[in-house]
Amino acid sequence: MAKRQATAEVEVPVKRPEEFFQPRRWDRIRLDIEDRPYADVDDKKMLDLYYYMRLSRRVEEQVIRLYRQGKIVGGVFTGSGNEAITVGSTYALEDRDALFPIHRDTGAHFVKGQSVKTFLANYLGRANTPSRGRDGNLHLGYPEKRIYGTISHLAAMIPVAAGFALGARMRGKDDVALTFIGEGGTSLGDFHEALNFAAVHKLALIVVIENNQFAYSTPTRLQYACEYLADRAIGYGIHGEVVYGNNVLAVYETVKKAVDRARKGEGPTLIEAITMRMRGHSEHDDYYSYVPKSMLEEWAKRDPIKSYEKYLLEKGVLTPEKIEQISQKIEKEVEEATEYALSLPFPEPEDCEKDLFAE
Amino acid sequence: MAVKTYLDAIHDAIEEEMRRDENVFLMGEDVGLYGGAFKVTKGLFQEFGPVRVLDTPIAESAIIGVGIGTALQGFRPICEMQFADFISNAFTQIVNNAATFYWRQGVKIPMVIRAPSGGNVHGGPFHSQNPEAWFVHSPGLKVVAPATAYDAKGLLKAAIRDDNVVLYFENKYLYRRIKEDLPEEDFIVEIGRARLARDGEAATIITYSAQVHDAIKVADEIAEEEGKEVAVLDLRSLMPFDKTMILEQVRKTNRILIVHEDHLTGGIGGEISAFITEHAFEYLDAPIMRVAGLDIPVPFSPPLEKHYLPTKEKIKDKLKKLLAY
Repeated sequence: MAKRQATAEVEVPVKRPEEFFQPRRWDRIRLDIEDRPYADVDDKKMLDLYYYMRLSRRVEEQVIRLYRQGKIVGGVFTGSGNEAITVGSTYALEDRDALFPIHRDTGAHFVKGQSVKTFLANYLGRANTPSRGRDGNLHLGYPEKRIYGTISHLAAMIPVAAGFALGARMRGKDDVALTFIGEGGTSLGDFHEALNFAAVHKLALIVVIENNQFAYSTPTRLQYACEYLADRAIGYGIHGEVVYGNNVLAVYETVKKAVDRARKGEGPTLIEAITMRMRGHSEHDDYYSYVPKSMLEEWAKRDPIKSYEKYLLEKGVLTPEKIEQISQKIEKEVEEATEYALSLPFPEPEDCEKDLFAE
Repeated sequence: MAVKTYLDAIHDAIEEEMRRDENVFLMGEDVGLYGGAFKVTKGLFQEFGPVRVLDTPIAESAIIGVGIGTALQGFRPICEMQFADFISNAFTQIVNNAATFYWRQGVKIPMVIRAPSGGNVHGGPFHSQNPEAWFVHSPGLKVVAPATAYDAKGLLKAAIRDDNVVLYFENKYLYRRIKEDLPEEDFIVEIGRARLARDGEAATIITYSAQVHDAIKVADEIAEEEGKEVAVLDLRSLMPFDKTMILEQVRKTNRILIVHEDHLTGGIGGEISAFITEHAFEYLDAPIMRVAGLDIPVPFSPPLEKHYLPTKEKIKDKLKKLLAY
């Protein structure tokens, strides 16, 4: 093939590509666990939040372990670094409220009442799980606890969550719908359609943006050009909040206020929680090739579990003995769940042809 | 009995089902106070109020997604797409979300998606489409397309009472052109059952929606001109389609012409043809023939649109070839 001759040198007016990879400043929020009273929080709640974050990370570690042993079916997508957002948000819900988790919301499932057993069994593609092996890993739901599984098409569950809230109001109930979306997922049409719909009809919908600064390999400046995604709330005529996503107390407090507003009929809230994805998009990708090391180092210091543990120790809510007790409880729970999940059979092949239609 | 148009039949089905079951409600663009772009929902807002006849923003994807969400609260939404052409905006919500919901999670989504489809009204490429084949191809959806006022009412009532997602393609050309006496009492038309619209032994035209009427006219002309009686089978349901009645007609008439307004390639006619060839090949006296919309977008200008459509003339020409084979 003949080499193409270079044409006259083109002058690039703006050096966009480099700008795309500049980390954002996040100057509207404090990037630490501020020592102050948090609304609606007591010692029991503080310990619950700690337990669920620890459980979430431990279960994900177990999933990774099983993945490396070749026992996991399909990919593994963790919420490492994201625990405070998903746990803190979901903790603000009551049983009657609906949860629409996405792929990094492991902790949310446990807060809302799914067991580690069914969670792991579903990951392993086994029978006797809510999806009966029909859909895997990150899609799992648990309808009897009002957890509805997501589909891979990002933002597709936001209109569904809005519909749940519409249905609640039509029934004269004050049930609230909580759903999550990554900062990448905010670029999709359903994000806009659903928020606008919910805003017009003043629905009890809470959308928490888990801004973990990377959508697969895409940094935020290639994803959106505004300063804060929460500012989009202004455009919809709804309430918007930015919160430090690694402070579980602040997340809980913010979402709880949104829940209270929603129950009173004051409409939807868009919350942007800032965090950092501490592992790959999934366990199979070469994370360090596209995420600046400096960002990871900086955010490792802000680990939501370690920093919260330190905070609780300083407040005297946690003690080293108590931490040990909680660790043992979690180990036992995860080990038993793993044993249970691995003992379950795979579904019968023909089973997947059943129940395409409801009779 | 009362004389009702195809449009009245749809209106009455919604009204009667909303009276019968308080979980049934209607949502869509301009369906409320205005009564819908075609006035199908006229008066429902006044009778049932703004909660059960919900005007929405222009957001087809959200309309379907919100519909799914209300089903989680036990509702049975009727979601209107103002024109079937716009249903592509809601494609993921329908084929990926709604269609798979029960299969994946065991949660029923009893939703009807009403979509006014079809050409011959000079609507051009984006107000004339017949997108039914996309949905027939997507597991987990039922698809119906009535041709008569009786079926329009009975199928819509059946769709509303069905615990699954049913796509209801109402032909807007037929809205005010078709009328018949309908019983006063409650009735449904079972989804999945075809109807023999005209009996005959020489051949069968398998079709649905607006083309049923053209097929009958062509068959009448052929009877007069050639003395041959041609049957017309109105599928009514496209998913599931009535395999039993199709095979009966093949065994009885041995010659099959399939007619639909949707594009030829990848249209439902291909599937039905393959089904017949696989299961009743030995009963065929001629190749299965098809008349369908051309494989181009639906054009706007009258002579162009006529060229696109499976007109009576085209059906008659093809039928003559089939009978002479």
